[in-house]
Amino acid sequence: MSTRREALLGAAGLLAAPAGADPAADRPGPAGDAPLRALPGKKPLIQRAFRPPNFETPIADLVPRYTPNAAFFVRYHLANIPRVDAGSWRLQVGGPSAQGQLALSLADLKGSFEQVTITAVNQCSGNRRGLFSPRVPGVQWRNGAMGNARWSGVRLRDVLHKVGVAGNALEVVFNGADGPVLAATPDFLKSLPIERALDDTTLIALEMNGEPLPHWNGAPARLVVPGWTGTYWVKHLTEVRIQPTAFDGFWMKSAYRLPTGAFSTARFASQENSETTPITEMLVNSLITSPAPAARLHRGEPARLAGKAWDGGFGIARVEVSVDGRRSWREATLGAYLGRFAWREFEVALDTSRKGPLEIAVRARSRNGSFQPDQLTPNPAGYHDNRVQTLTVEVS
Amino acid sequence: MLRHRALTTKLAALGLAAAAPAGLAGVGTSDAAAALGAPAAAEIIELRPGPGHDLTVGRCLICHSVEYIPSNAPAMNRAAWQKSIQKMRDKFGAPITDDEAKEILDYLDANYSGRS
Repeated sequence: MSTRREALLGAAGLLAAPAGADPAADRPGPAGDAPLRALPGKKPLIQRAFRPPNFETPIADLVPRYTPNAAFFVRYHLANIPRVDAGSWRLQVGGPSAQGQLALSLADLKGSFEQVTITAVNQCSGNRRGLFSPRVPGVQWRNGAMGNARWSGVRLRDVLHKVGVAGNALEVVFNGADGPVLAATPDFLKSLPIERALDDTTLIALEMNGEPLPHWNGAPARLVVPGWTGTYWVKHLTEVRIQPTAFDGFWMKSAYRLPTGAFSTARFASQENSETTPITEMLVNSLITSPAPAARLHRGEPARLAGKAWDGGFGIARVEVSVDGRRSWREATLGAYLGRFAWREFEVALDTSRKGPLEIAVRARSRNGSFQPDQLTPNPAGYHDNRVQTLTVEVS
Repeated sequence: MLRHRALTTKLAALGLAAAAPAGLAGVGTSDAAAALGAPAAAEIIELRPGPGHDLTVGRCLICHSVEYIPSNAPAMNRAAWQKSIQKMRDKFGAPITDDEAKEILDYLDANYSGRS
């Protein structure tokens, strides 16, 4: 595996590259308040924080159907991030509710289990926190703490069945190679209910868009929990523990929680209390990718409104668009169905025959019947901003 | 000049980090300095000068860069900063004494309380 020194030198590489590579990368970002900078192996992204690295994908890079690996957002809680050596890497699988113990190499995962691919949106729980009003503390993400990719690897279920799951299993706990700077800081461990861990869509992914996982997105293996927010998608996975009790680590008991009952998403019963409950599924949501926020349209020239819509895994039923300040709505054309956990592209032609403002609004509806609301549901951590998306562009 | 001071402060903070936490055991200050050589300009975020600046930067940089401070200012007031510092101490184990916590709070509140 890697040493602490390599971890620090990794950080040095991280420091060196942005300064040398692309001078234009230091111009103010499209978000206006944060610079664009490139981590090694990445293209310039919006730097919300440098250490631990938290880099947001600009909206322009959310236009492609699959978000390129080099543009995919980066989110870490803890700054000790080793470069994991794929050859000596092992995944430890066991725990008090496991019937055995395994140490799996990459070759084991590739050779002994069925290989599967799922297209899924990975969205940070705090995506759009920076758009909350009143403002909420935390990483001030705008729209780009998300992306859509093809994730390939093995089913977590197959690995759990290989080790054997005891009847009393309640949760499965996941640890990754990244850790805290201070020994006193809680390591980033997450758990899933046993049912979600055994769901055949929950993967241990080794590849992203047909390439090995980028370092900054969890190489050599990460958890993929389609439909659930990114907090569960543990990177640099090293340990899987099946246990008969509710995991009581900081990142489950104190972080990533919502007021109980505020949202009608999947429950995580073993982690719930009367006041708060863990965030789980994503809400139905959409993003306008075109026109760009500051675009000007020219009278009589063809123009189109385009974007993405997604939800927690039910699938998008339809996307509706208004260009008159939400007075009238029409249905947008949906792009190819990429799977129920993927985003769905949408587009509609814009009428540019008259000068003046187009007050655009977009609302998506999920197959579960839910739709994007006009108002935020306030919550202290700034999660689940799935408001109707709006954009005013001028035709001149 | 300001840049130079910020870099010095950062290295001092890392020296502290190298001495104390288990995470960096065995990594000496010189290694840390080499690892964080000249290109460190990419990380430098200037916080406003004032009483408590160096202590604040020094303590915060042990675990994270300081963009969080200006970017969170619109969400913060004195009570929110107090809660944040307490969280860093109680939940994340930040080595900050009571006196230091007061100085850091005064600095952050004077310079980065943007919530109306």
